[in-house]
Formats: sequence, structure tokens, C-alpha cells
Amino acid sequence: MATQPLVMQAKGLVKRYGQVTALDGADFELRAGEILAVIGDNGAGKSSLIKALSGATIPDEGEILLDGKPVHFRSPIEARHAGIECCYQDLAVAPAMTIAENLFLGREMRRNGFAGNVLRMLDKKKMLEIAIARMADLKVGIRSMTQAVETLSGGQRQCVAVARAAAFAEHVVILDEPTAALGVKEGNMVLELIRRVRDKGLPVILISHNMPHVFEIADRIHVARLGKRAAILNPKRISMSDTVAVMTGAMPPDQIPAECLAH
Amino acid sequence: MFTKIPLAATALTLLAAAAAAQNQPVVGLITKTETNPFFVKMKEGAAEAANAKGAKLLSGAGKTDGDNAGQVTAMENMIAAGAKTILITPSDSKAIIPAIKKARDKGVMVIALDSPTDPADATDALFATDNYKAGVLIGQYAKAALGNKPAKIVTLDLFPGHPVGAQRHNGFLKGFGLAAPDAKSNELGKDAAVLCMADSFGDRAKGQTAMENCLQKAPEVNVVYTINEPAAAGAYNALKKAGKDKDVIIVSVDGGCEGVANVGKGIIAATSQQYPLKMASMGVEAGIEYAKTGKKASGYTDTGVTLIAAKPVAGVESKDVKTGTELCWGKK
Amino acid sequence: MDILKSKLPPLGQLGPFIALAIACAFFAVTTERFFSGENLSLILQQVMVVGVIAIGQTLIILTAGIDLSCGMVMALGSIVMTKFAADLGLPTPLAVLCGIGVTALFGLLNGLLVTRIKLPPFIVTLGTFNIAFAITQLYSGAQTVTDLPDSMTWLGNTFAIGGTNVSLGTVLMILLYLGVWFWLRETGAGRHVYAVGNNPEATRLVGIATDRVLVGVYVLAGVFYGIASLLAVARTGVGDPNAGQTENLDAITAVVLGGTSLFGGRGVVLGSLIGAVVVGVLRNGLTLMGVSSVYQVLVTGILVILAVTVDQLSRKAAR
Repeated sequence: MATQPLVMQAKGLVKRYGQVTALDGADFELRAGEILAVIGDNGAGKSSLIKALSGATIPDEGEILLDGKPVHFRSPIEARHAGIECCYQDLAVAPAMTIAENLFLGREMRRNGFAGNVLRMLDKKKMLEIAIARMADLKVGIRSMTQAVETLSGGQRQCVAVARAAAFAEHVVILDEPTAALGVKEGNMVLELIRRVRDKGLPVILISHNMPHVFEIADRIHVARLGKRAAILNPKRISMSDTVAVMTGAMPPDQIPAECLAH
Repeated sequence: MFTKIPLAATALTLLAAAAAAQNQPVVGLITKTETNPFFVKMKEGAAEAANAKGAKLLSGAGKTDGDNAGQVTAMENMIAAGAKTILITPSDSKAIIPAIKKARDKGVMVIALDSPTDPADATDALFATDNYKAGVLIGQYAKAALGNKPAKIVTLDLFPGHPVGAQRHNGFLKGFGLAAPDAKSNELGKDAAVLCMADSFGDRAKGQTAMENCLQKAPEVNVVYTINEPAAAGAYNALKKAGKDKDVIIVSVDGGCEGVANVGKGIIAATSQQYPLKMASMGVEAGIEYAKTGKKASGYTDTGVTLIAAKPVAGVESKDVKTGTELCWGKK
Repeated sequence: MDILKSKLPPLGQLGPFIALAIACAFFAVTTERFFSGENLSLILQQVMVVGVIAIGQTLIILTAGIDLSCGMVMALGSIVMTKFAADLGLPTPLAVLCGIGVTALFGLLNGLLVTRIKLPPFIVTLGTFNIAFAITQLYSGAQTVTDLPDSMTWLGNTFAIGGTNVSLGTVLMILLYLGVWFWLRETGAGRHVYAVGNNPEATRLVGIATDRVLVGVYVLAGVFYGIASLLAVARTGVGDPNAGQTENLDAITAVVLGGTSLFGGRGVVLGSLIGAVVVGVLRNGLTLMGVSSVYQVLVTGILVILAVTVDQLSRKAAR
């Protein structure tokens, strides 16, 4: 398989919280057109890594490169402006508001002319049209964009959250435990959607504890351990139990067979 | 809040200890609130009497009208500091009784001022306005001022169930010559001549609303009884807006300086003036007597009520606005 | 059929209108004078102070907060503006602006305590309730402020429409309601108020300045309390330091009756106007019927429970 160009890269990230070193010289690579799963035990440093990439925290040392150029995000907003969208574990939706409103939450569009500039009226019609179009693009099967998010099932809500991240991302989509707490059918619905996001050309960073799901859709697996990257694995070659062993440290990185590694 | 009680108690104890060292009787005064000018005047009267007759005055109050807990705390602190007499205007006439009983069991004399506890004999004595008589006087005045015209009465009361509100209302009816419940009743009396009864809560804006509503029901009103002078001011506003201010006689109770001024302005025709200062000074004197001779005050003492009117009417004794202003409570 | 269902406003929003219609119909039948232009215009005047306070209260409750200090702040505002005009001789517009400035400042204080010190709004506003009361009593010396210039009570004047007298203050109240309704519905800032109340974490994560929205809401509410002060002065003709003592609960009642959820994020501000009018209608109608005011309190309490229950049930049904 020809290696795709690097979209995002991190070298030697260090982050300390008082006495605790969360990131201890972590490296990271994300290639174009792939779904990269990030796995690791609790305390392995995967949330800290993701927070550094999405601008939620500022690393103490190390650098992050986007499309080969160094970037320094001081807040999630700056990361967003650079085209990196995050979908958080608790979804960050306002349940009483409609799907269309939630899609545009924080980036509402205003009307043109007097109505928009002076009265500051929102262009609800346009936002609804775009919402319908983007969701149709991603083949999300929800009938009405004007229904309240709280009327949706858990899986549908996840799809809305993932679609929101995908609809506005230009470079990278980060998904944090998107299938957690979902049943089998709904979980598959979300996995399908993630595949479609990748197929549209957006690389996806997927954090998950769910091994079967990881093995189903990930192209490569980044294993975080003790604040560093332990290995990058190829899910088509390595077994699930061996992957867990690498994650827990039972199998040290130098013992991993060469064909199980990915680059 | 929990540090306040020991601090206050310590302060009071020191004060009282100093007083006891000089053999001064210690009297505690607890009003409903600190800010109502009625109670401010009461405190002034008590302080004057204490100074003049050689007693130490401790004072306290609840935070708002109805704050029973605040009054109980004040009572406990004062007794701990050596007060042998407590003068109190009870915020809640029933809820204060256990605290009063505890005090009396310790040998403290408790006198109610301005309004009684329920039952009234829970305190050693009561120095208060005869609120029923206050109502009777203004009822008599209104009847005489109205003359031969058929009476069309509107009453703006306090709120349901309050003894003072009932006494003034029923006294008014009696003084007017209508059938009325007696002074012990807590129910508001009704009569065919009373076309509308509404609650003002003793508040100016609510009094205005109540009068407006009653005007809709009884536009032909010619006499308005009001529970107190702020309510009367609100009623006048409503009548003025309806162009009826010249046709209606407004009577009220209280005798505060603002109210007496309103009598002078022709807004209120007559008001029954009561004397918070007298209640307080009589209370302090009773406290000194008890400390010196062990004789407790008892029963009900009427601290007096005077009718203040700008235009006197035949058959009803009244004093003029000038006299009223000299005797009024509040800021002149 | 689904399109029809999605277009029907939830029962929680229709409820207040239905309650108002029933009350009006009942009183129109049982009394002679209820259903006259004069009486209805009177009711609007009687509710105009609580009505405008309720606009501010609605905004705060939409963010899942509550404001117990509103009535006292309103009283302080009226004392400041009347004393500045009567004692200091300031021209009316300046005195009014000073009054509104003071009430907005209290709003700012509330907002900062809630967002910076992270205290619950109930506790914060309980504290500022007491502070505002004390300042009002001290500054006014517990004296009513009279001898106001005519321009200060201008909003109490009326003009004739079709044989009825409508007060200017009532018109202002309605205009303010329409303006806030538009702002909440159609602008980004207004929608953010709903979002912050519905899920403050979410708004933070999507990059909305949540704290700024909250402080803005409290300050804006303070401005409305200041306008209510002017309306109170216009109505009674004086600056009354003892005003506003029950207006906090009256305003919250109006907001709850109007269908806004105390949990935040849900409600329509026009409902609060209906809620305030319902209370005024009950008071007026029962007085006309000669029924004791105790029953007004009873009915209001029952309606509040009904309003909250309907809101809960209609939200469950939507799931």
C-alpha cells in the first residue's frame, strides 16, 4: 500500500500537570484518507494527546505540524479555524434545539443586507438548506432537520454530532468514543457514517475502547502507553489480543512482529 | 451567621454587666423590623425613657415583617445578657409564644407592644393602640362627614386573617353605625352598604390597584376605609385618575408624619393617630418598676388614639393637623 | 400528518393562552363590568411593572438561573431616579438614566458573582436582594419621594383608542416584549441564551463565550428592572422605598405560568406577558365578583402547579 502524505504530525510532545507527566515525548502521524484509531489504557496519555492536537491544551514541549507547517493552537477555536473539528464524548448538543440549530451552534449565519447587519437576524432558511444537504451527503437517515435533538435515539444523536464535525471540518475530524453506550445496530450506523466521512476525503482520528469497532474500521492503530507512542499497528495483520497486549505492556514494542507494524 | 450569635451575646452581656454594676435595670426592646418608621419612633421613645429614668436599653428586631426566628434569637440573647423585661411587637402572634413562655419561666416579664400575641394572655401585659377604637373614630367621622347621603363604602384591607386588619375594619363599620363583629373577631365584617372589599397589603401600589378594581365594581363609591396611610395614598391616586377624588371621603389609621401631611393636603379626610413612642416609654417604665419593686405590669393598657382631621365635624372629637404634626411619628 | 404535528406548538406554549381565555370568559359571564375596554386596559396598567420585570426574569430563567433581587433592585432604581430629580434637580432624562444605570450595575454584580465566583444564582440574588433593600432604605431615609416633575410620570398618561384609554406605559411594555421576543428568536445572541440554558458545557465546547452570555443576560435584566422602576414611578406618582417587596415572586410566577421551564433552555418570552396578565385578571375578576383575595392566591398556586406539570408532560411526550 503506497503511503499517503502526512496531514498532521506531532513530535516529542511533553505535557506535565504538576507532578504528573501526562505526555512524555509523544509522537503522532496522521495520513490523508485514513481512519487512525488511538487506543490506550487509562492514564496512557491518549486524552492529553488529543487535547494537544485539538487545541484544548497547550503542550509544554514539542511541536505539531499541519500539512507540514508548524502550528500553535492556543484554544479549540484556533484549531477549528485551521480546519480541525472535534466531536466530544458528551456530544456537546443542546437537546431542546433543532438539528439544524445544533449544526450551526456557535457559527450561525446571518442574513445579508439590513436584516443581517443591523438587525442581526439569522438566515434560518439557508442554514436549514445546508444542514439538509450536508446530512444527505453523509447519508444520515433522519427525516426532518427541524426536529429537536432530544427526540432522536442515542445512535441518531451520535450521527448528528459526528456529522456536525464532518460538515465543517476542512482538514481533520477527531472523534472521541463515538460508539460508547450504543447498541449493536446503532453502533454500526455510526461506523458506517465514519466510513463515509473518510471516503469524502477527510482523515479521521478515532479514540475508542471498543476493540471490535476499532478493528472494523481503522486503517491504522496508534497505541499510546506511558505518555508515549508504543507502536503503530496494522489491524489487518495483528490480532485483537496481541493489540491489547501491546496496549497493556504485556507485549513490549520490540517484540511485535514486523509485518504487524504500519507506517 | 453562627458566629454572630455568640458575638452578639457577648456584647450584650458586657453591656448588661456594666449596667448591672451600676444597678441599672436592663430592658430589652424587640421590634418587627429596624426600618419601619413606626418602630424607629418606638425605639427612640424607649431610649429616651431609659435615659431619663435610669435603665439600660437593649434593642433588636427581626429582618422583615414576619421574621419570627429573628425575634426569638434577639430575645434569647437579651435574656442571656441579663434583661429582666422584654418589650416586643410580635411579628407572628402565635409562633412567638414558646419563646415568651421560656422567658417568663425564667422570671422575665414580657410585655407586648402595639399588637397582642394570640392568645393575648401569653404575655404579662399589652400596651397597644385600641385598633378597634381607631376604626370606630374614623367610622364616626366618615358618617358625620357624609351627612344624609346614602353610604357607598369601599374597604381596602390588609390581608385575610390579620387581627389588626380585622379590628380596624370592624371598628370602622361599628363607628359608621353598621352591624359589625366585636373587637375579638378576626373576620372582616360585611354589610350591604360595603360595595367592595379588596386587599392592599398596606402597600401604596397595591392599594392603588385594589382601589382601581373596586372602582370598576362600584364607581358610585363615596367613602373609602383604608388600613393605613400608604394604602390611602394609593387609593387617592386611583380616585384622582378616575376624576373622583373630590367626591370621595378617605379615612385611615396610623398618624405617621407623612400621613398627617396628607390630611393637611386634603388627600386623607381623617386619620386615627396612634402613639408608638408612648407604648415604648410606658414599657420601659414598667420594666424599671418590676426591677425595683418586683411588681409586674398586667392586663391591657390603651396607649391612646386621637382622631386627626383637617375639617372637624359635629359630634366627633378631633384634633387639627398642626397638633397631629407635633405628635406624629416618622420624619417630620 | 407529521408536518402538521411538527407545526403545532407544544401544549406548554399554548397553555397560558388557554388559561387566559378561560379566565376571561369566566369573568365576562359572571360579572358585569369585566369585559369592558376600560377594565381590560386597567388590568394591563396594573401588571405593567411586574410585566417588565418579568422580561428580565425570563431571560435569567432561560439560562437556568433565577433572580430574587429583581423587586428590590426596581425599588432602588425608583428611589435613585426620583431623588436625583427631586432633590438634586437633575433633568428627568438624566435622572432616569442614572436610575437605570444603578439597576444595570446590580445586574452586573449578580452576573459577575454567578460567573466568576461560580455561586448559584439563587444564593447570589438572595444576597443582593438584601443589599438592595438596605441601600434603598438608607438612601431614602424610609421616606417617600414626592414633588416629582411631570415629565417623570409621563408614561402614566393615557391616550384614547376607540373609546378606551390606553396608558403609554402599557404600550412600552408591549413593545419591549415584542423586541425581546424578536431578539431571542431571530438573532445569534438570542439563540445563544437558549443554548447556554439548555447545555452550558456544549456552548463552551463549540466556542461560545458562555460567561459573557450570562453576564450580558443579568445586565440586560437589570436594565429592564430600571425601566420597570420608571413605570412604577409613573403609576404611583412617587418614589416609594417600600415598593417591590413581593415583585420577585410575582415575576417568577408570571414566567412559570407563561410556560418557561425553570430548568432553562425552554420557553417563549411572550408567555411571561400572558402569565402576568393572567394574575392581574384573576385579581381584578375576583374583586369584581366580591370573592376574598385568599381565593386569588389559591387559584394562582393551582395554576402554577398545572403550568409546570403540563411543561413536564409535553416534554416527555416529545421524546
